[in-house]
Amino acid sequence: MKNFILAGLLSIFLAACGSSVPLNDVPVADATAKAVGADSGAAGSGVQGSGVAPVDLGTSPDQAQGALASNESRVVYFDYDSFVVKPEFQSLIAAHAKQLRAQPTRRVALEGHTDERGGREYNLALGQKRADAVRNALSILGVSQNQMEAVSFGKEKPAAAGFDEAALAQNRRVEIRYP
Amino acid sequence: MIKRYFCYFLSCFVCLPALAQFRIEVSGVGLTQVPVVIAPFKGQEALPQKISDIIKADLERSGQFRVITPPAGAFDESSRPELSFLRQAGADAFASGSVARLADGRFDVRFRLWDVVKGQDLGGRSFAVNATDLRLAAHRVADDIYEKLTGDKGVFSTRIAYVTKVGQRYQLWVADADGESAQSALASPEPIISPAWSPDGNQLAYVSFESRKPVVYVHNVSTGKRRLIANFKGSNSAPTWSPDGTTLALTLSRDGGSQLFLLSAAGGEPRRLMQSPSIDTEPVFSPDGKHIYFVSDRGGSPQVYRVAATGQGAERVTFTGNYNISPAISQDGRWLAYISRVGGAFMLHVMSLADGAVTAITDSAADESPSFSPNGKMLVYATQQQGREALMTSTLDGKVKARLSGQQGDIREPHWGPFFN
Repeated sequence: MKNFILAGLLSIFLAACGSSVPLNDVPVADATAKAVGADSGAAGSGVQGSGVAPVDLGTSPDQAQGALASNESRVVYFDYDSFVVKPEFQSLIAAHAKQLRAQPTRRVALEGHTDERGGREYNLALGQKRADAVRNALSILGVSQNQMEAVSFGKEKPAAAGFDEAALAQNRRVEIRYP
Repeated sequence: MIKRYFCYFLSCFVCLPALAQFRIEVSGVGLTQVPVVIAPFKGQEALPQKISDIIKADLERSGQFRVITPPAGAFDESSRPELSFLRQAGADAFASGSVARLADGRFDVRFRLWDVVKGQDLGGRSFAVNATDLRLAAHRVADDIYEKLTGDKGVFSTRIAYVTKVGQRYQLWVADADGESAQSALASPEPIISPAWSPDGNQLAYVSFESRKPVVYVHNVSTGKRRLIANFKGSNSAPTWSPDGTTLALTLSRDGGSQLFLLSAAGGEPRRLMQSPSIDTEPVFSPDGKHIYFVSDRGGSPQVYRVAATGQGAERVTFTGNYNISPAISQDGRWLAYISRVGGAFMLHVMSLADGAVTAITDSAADESPSFSPNGKMLVYATQQQGREALMTSTLDGKVKARLSGQQGDIREPHWGPFFN
């Protein structure tokens, strides 16, 4: 009964969220000093084609979470152009809420993703909206805002390659990740 | 008819010598293009890159020139061309020059331009450069020719930033305006998006996912020094510079939702620009700094809006279609470029801000991230060709397009840098 009420509250809440070279006969003007910058190879000039200092962040370890939890228990999928947590994911969210309430020092990242259609920045904002929806759902179930961070990867990290509906559906998701 | 012939002739001619660099598409007739002859530069046979080919490709890409086959014979900057012959060949202008190795190992690139119609010497210049900057010298010559013949500054020696993805490696590049001579500014195992040049052309702001969330860095490209300028709770994205370079506008979700904020380029505490219950993102300043154009779904679908830089008086700018994103404003303030979804395709459009008239620039399916050349006469944008991401330039009427090359793999997120003074 209690779960039922919580689920009802959740859906109500989610529904509510909703140079000046003369042009006449002139000799070829010598523009050596400023035109191309003879010393543009020198570091620090930064103004010419040369002089870009490369920065390499190396490679990162595989950050897949597969070993920690299967996708079934930590991914919330969304319908096209939707930010509503579907009823079938409410028990998953309730399970995470219970875990987080029991461990108030534990932190969680809610990582929103979109399918690959459309602009990168706008998709970043759409993914954020999904992540915020899951955060709100957890908040309603008593999880502290201090434990949660909702972020977005937009369309940058698709879970499945390809443009068929199955792949696109796999990509419209929020991953619940424990750092 | 004659123009049609010329266009055909032109595409054949340009593709051959410049094949390694560009494929330039010319579509439509009625273009007013200056017919110009660029003679092979004396001494360039010894170089890996032919100066005159680089100049020709630059001028072609601008859409404002029609390059005509040079007459037989050898020319340099001191040659006086046979003007009557050139007039008969249909040329309005003639450029010739030379490249020679100096005693100190550098190269001296010289040229002179003639007005064939008036029979007038339009002057010339010389540039002494290191071997690595020969392409740049050619771009400088093209800039001079462009300015003398059109009255507008040339953009061929400016730079473009873009991002490549090869496997799981992302790289931010700084390249010449033709996509060549690319230098890596940043390599990362995580995505990099939305690079934005500072107005002085020394720094790039961008979004990096290296810390497993989107955060905004400001990166000095000549020193490689990076500053983490926005790492607030939630997502930090869509940085853009004010024209005076003192302020960044960006999107933060720290207070819930994606909302616009202003942040000193020195860092510090962001100031909220507006409060809305909707998505607000992709800010970009008007050239006078008084307005910010942005994308919002406050009306139910993503559209381009404009608001005073004080945050007052937001008004809608795009009205056609139900998905209009990624605004860019030309430096003269006359044009808005943006991506519009038409059917299922995402296509580059340009709006005249004076009268709201909209022109579709492409017929492609997946355009992204338009930005204007600093003289406001061209656009660079990302698109897909044969299933791969590619960068294109286009004139504002969409009639002359060129694919930029120089990189393998997927290439995206272009941003055209400013003039260097």
